[in-house]
Amino acid sequence: MAAYKGHRMNPDKFEKGQIKLYIFVIPLVLITGLPIIFILFHAFKPMEELFAFPPKFITTHPTLDNFRNLFKASRSAGIPLSKYVFNSLLITLVVVVSSIIISSGCAYALSKLKFRGRKTLFKINQLALMFVPVAVMIPRYLVVEKFGLVDTYWSQILPLIPLPVALFLLKQFIDEVPDELIEAAYMDGATELHIFAKIVIPLSRPALATAAILVFQQVWTNLEASNYYINDESLKTLAFYMNTLTGASSNTVSGQGIAAAASLLMFLPNLILFCILQRHVMNTMAHSGIK
Amino acid sequence: MRQHHFKRGGVARKSQFNKAGYGFSAPYYILFAVFILAPVVMAVALSFTNFNTIQAPKLVGFLNYINLITSDDVFMQYVLPNTVKYALIVGVGGYVLSFLLAWALANMTKVPRTIFALILYSPSMTTGVAMAVLWKIMFTGDQTGYLNSWLMDLGIINEPIIWLTNANYLLPIVIIIGLWSSMGVGFLSILAGLLNQDESLYEAAAIDGVKNRFQEMIYVTIPSMKPQMLFAAVMQIVGAFQNGQIASLLAGNPTPGYSAQLIVNHIEDYGFIRYEMGYAAAVSVVLLLIVQIFSKISQKLFGEREGR
Repeated sequence: MAAYKGHRMNPDKFEKGQIKLYIFVIPLVLITGLPIIFILFHAFKPMEELFAFPPKFITTHPTLDNFRNLFKASRSAGIPLSKYVFNSLLITLVVVVSSIIISSGCAYALSKLKFRGRKTLFKINQLALMFVPVAVMIPRYLVVEKFGLVDTYWSQILPLIPLPVALFLLKQFIDEVPDELIEAAYMDGATELHIFAKIVIPLSRPALATAAILVFQQVWTNLEASNYYINDESLKTLAFYMNTLTGASSNTVSGQGIAAAASLLMFLPNLILFCILQRHVMNTMAHSGIK
Repeated sequence: MRQHHFKRGGVARKSQFNKAGYGFSAPYYILFAVFILAPVVMAVALSFTNFNTIQAPKLVGFLNYINLITSDDVFMQYVLPNTVKYALIVGVGGYVLSFLLAWALANMTKVPRTIFALILYSPSMTTGVAMAVLWKIMFTGDQTGYLNSWLMDLGIINEPIIWLTNANYLLPIVIIIGLWSSMGVGFLSILAGLLNQDESLYEAAAIDGVKNRFQEMIYVTIPSMKPQMLFAAVMQIVGAFQNGQIASLLAGNPTPGYSAQLIVNHIEDYGFIRYEMGYAAAVSVVLLLIVQIFSKISQKLFGEREGR
């Protein structure tokens, strides 16, 4: 007789057998997590602690000096910090919203509307999951230039809207929406637009949240556009500005603190958004398989 | 599957052929064609030319590829071996690690699982600025650097090591950072796949003689979630190559003695520093091919056999 009974994933209670798992996982979680905690601590260190010898991991006298210096540094530059913040917020908002609308509409079509070529279109997108943007940054630049988008907001918006992973996850999720619901709506005389807005969108909220996070991460930290497509300083983004702070001035004394504050400011929105939406992300990922 | 008998002809027709599909998918695919497909096609076209961005591209046939293979010593001696090493350790190693971690987490209760998963995923959100600042400070070259200070405290080294300019250490550092940030979307996908497994499979397997958790993992778990495994593999490959850029952020481009020069850095070097766009495009095509090869291998491993 088989003594082993088979076990369940996702146990409800802690059992002794799980201790082994903790012994394996906890060291790796610590190694992964410490640098992240470090980013948090470092941003609030006063000057003495930033340059303490031996270096200190934990901040004992937290201060907002680094953030103050960050604002001061931006005041002496030609462009006020608020302009970069405004650019980043505008670009991020427009990209995330339009990407979600465009990708979910497309995912609905690929999943529920029968038209010639839809399988091929989905296959092409699936191939593009393997798209490594850095590999083609040069031709991407040439495209942006050909369309006359250099030095416009459009160059920071349009290239970032199509994200193959987002479309893929949305389509896989919308596949789960029962066809009967949609057919019943047709019977009531609903149009496709109506079905999309009233049935598909509300039912695929987890996937929409996931797509939003993935697009947000791409846009918020994007340097490619500001670095290569934009010469006009007043159109560049916060990510770009933060990067210049960490590059050129990080060797100066106040530069270190400013860089630490900058990296926290860039990282935090990602973390907060993910914490809020993590349940939706896991729900979406359950349907992420490539068949 | 459709048992409904539709009385209105319009509805029945719509389930056969629906033109609205074009309208809904057009905006995405237009942008896709312009900013994803066109650059790939252009990269292939440019790779057969000599192009310095000022004069019009000149056709040179396979010259760029021939030069890449026969006379680019940096590519053959450093870039290619570095990339292979990096891809194997960060791509394959990171993938195995994310599976094992996801599996361990799936066997834990909900609260610790959620916390651990969040921590393990967090490096994937630490891109660009935060990443560069963090690791620059960790690997500072004098005794005020964290790593130097710890190693000196432990008595492992006597003098601080100048990590980021030392050709011996740079590639290992880039690999460690790559591994650190490899619990990304693929990891979440595997975890979700594990949590949604069909329990009856496990009971059946136990009756069929599966004796322990390891056997269960090999014979039941992995085969039953191949689609997630494939998605995760693709995400891992792309992530690994994308993260390679960190070397230029930490040590500049080219990296000291080309010690951590990966294909991505090589493209940057030729494209945006030397403005030899044709040559850079040829290197890009090689990178896209390498990614394709890796994903073909993963498809062989995890792909479900189709009727084709």
